[in-house]
Amino acid sequence: MANLTLVQAINLALIQEMERDDRVMIMGEDVGLNGGVFRVTEGLHKRFGEKRVVDTPLAESGIIGTSVGLAMAGLRPIAEIQFEGFLGPAYDQICTHAARMRTRTRGALTVPLVIRVPVGGGIHAPELHSDSPEAIYTHNPGLKVVMPSSPRDAKGLLISAIRDPDPVIFFEPKRIYRAFREEVPEDEYTVPIGKARVVREGSELTMVSWGASVIQCMNAIETSGRDIELIDLRTISPFDMETVSESVRRTGRAIVVHEAPLSCGLGSEIASRIMEECFLQLEAPVQRVTGFDTIMPYYKLELEYLPDAERIGQAIDEIVAY
Amino acid sequence: MPVEPVFETRIDRLTILDEHGRFDEELGAGLIPDEDVVALYRHMVICRHLDEIAFKLQRSGRMGTYPENRGQEATSLGAAYALQKKDWLVTCYRENAGLFWRGLPMELVLLHWMGDERGNEIPEGLNVTPLAIPIGTQMLHATGLGWASKYRGDDGIACTFFGDGATSEGDFHEAMNFAANLDLPVIFFCQNNSWAISVPTRIQCSAPTIAQRGLAYGMDCIQVDGNDIFAVVKAVRDAAERARTNQRPTFIEAVTYRLGDHTTADDARRYRDDEELEMWKLRDPMIRLRGWLDARGLWDDSKQASLQEEAEAHIAAAVQRASDIEALPPTEFFKNMYKTMPPNLQQQMSTMRTSSLGRNPETADQSAVS
Repeated sequence: MANLTLVQAINLALIQEMERDDRVMIMGEDVGLNGGVFRVTEGLHKRFGEKRVVDTPLAESGIIGTSVGLAMAGLRPIAEIQFEGFLGPAYDQICTHAARMRTRTRGALTVPLVIRVPVGGGIHAPELHSDSPEAIYTHNPGLKVVMPSSPRDAKGLLISAIRDPDPVIFFEPKRIYRAFREEVPEDEYTVPIGKARVVREGSELTMVSWGASVIQCMNAIETSGRDIELIDLRTISPFDMETVSESVRRTGRAIVVHEAPLSCGLGSEIASRIMEECFLQLEAPVQRVTGFDTIMPYYKLELEYLPDAERIGQAIDEIVAY
Repeated sequence: MPVEPVFETRIDRLTILDEHGRFDEELGAGLIPDEDVVALYRHMVICRHLDEIAFKLQRSGRMGTYPENRGQEATSLGAAYALQKKDWLVTCYRENAGLFWRGLPMELVLLHWMGDERGNEIPEGLNVTPLAIPIGTQMLHATGLGWASKYRGDDGIACTFFGDGATSEGDFHEAMNFAANLDLPVIFFCQNNSWAISVPTRIQCSAPTIAQRGLAYGMDCIQVDGNDIFAVVKAVRDAAERARTNQRPTFIEAVTYRLGDHTTADDARRYRDDEELEMWKLRDPMIRLRGWLDARGLWDDSKQASLQEEAEAHIAAAVQRASDIEALPPTEFFKNMYKTMPPNLQQQMSTMRTSSLGRNPETADQSAVS
């Protein structure tokens, strides 16, 4: 075991997968000599050389489109997009090609590609460095979307993503890149894509979240003193509805928490599914605590925008009193 | 301080067999063995006949929208002939001749335009990508495919095809920039056919040539007569050599012409002059090649007549195979989304005709009884 931050856990997973499989290569802006702007790829250029850790031209669509070609040829590219706000130029290659190649060719050509993307707010970053676009990619069939909330999960999920035969967007919540450490096994292990983690068991209500918001949920739960079950989805697409509905059928109440805007956020889909699958057990409407339907504000007001323990606590009070 | 030029260049145009039938012996002699020229000509005639039949299939409601390749056969065919089997052909949708030369079964292209994904199920070992519908996005895949060959050290290359309109797209420039700066073995083959649906080339590029776009990336570039298969073969061979030995990309602008409409859904009479069309009909690559063969006693009318019969039988058989393919089960489109079908898709597939919500009746029942 090693006591690692999220950044260190991801770095370790990259090293171990690159040592295990020489088809794995890393590409992106500043990922080489500089080790990435968040230092996630620190030391890899020196360790594996410029053939396998490649500084590319500054062009997001170019990075993803080229990765699609590399993956179709049987390599295992890991492309870094520096911030989620810069995914826009790559959207076409992600959704038009990476997501569709398997179905377009009935499996003759596939795209085993991992796109690593720092995501979310809370680090006092400039505009377009703090968004949460995960629902956009969840709405695009053919992709898998993952977002860990802990170093241990991050390592195991990234290894699963690298070994996955389909394209995976691996969102890394930058707010918790270095916020805390956790004991992480030094050997390789996988955390399955598509399986949620019950962070904390409880009977009064079910809280569903992912990424950095899981930490805010935990704070709110501790403050409330109530017996609340907390589920970290870990994989957003496809998400583990079985774990969610099993829990909500027991507790009868559910709150979904995410940083992304409210309307058509993943909370909408989860609430719908809970309504379909747990209708007769529900004691109260499903609540959502999310970002607002606004542009993410500049950082002076970002904490007003992001769900925090206080807003989550209010939702807890409301849903219990309903 | 004097102002001095820091960079000077020029763009060469390569023609070996020109539109008047003049043949450059110095460049062209022995470039393609006679029997291969015959084979290439035969292939062009068969592909041309496919266009004719596909057009009729569309008009009679047996096939969806179809883009004729007529007039552009020499480009992709010349390239496919000049390349090796291990090299990738990363095409747009007007490269039938090259794809069939490489070995793609003709009925697959028919199936594609008949709205059936089985048309894109590329046989194993055939290094071609599916027809690319979104304009100007597939060049980046060629950059990646060429890179993968370099990564593995197998000296394969990737050749990607696109039109003049596609050179306005951002991905075109990103692909050129990646390939040049990362030293990747890629050939960028622009089929400048004068029109992007109704928009003429001058609205895509106001420079005298499209070829010079490659200069901006420090790339070798050349313009060729795209209706001259000899010139295409030579340009692609030179580019392939450069890619294989030095991992350097090349940009080739092949000047050709779309003799048909953009697709069967288009009517080019709305936007282009008959005069222009008639002028380009005289430069038809197939007619030009026939003239070369005739002049050398390698072809005659009786051979042409029997080839025509052969082409008709060949295409009829391909159409039959495409039409006779077994019906797809209605759940087919769920099956290739992921290697392993996730639970939400399994549920939607199993309930697609039994629940408006795609809801699992078992789960719904559990909710009702407990």
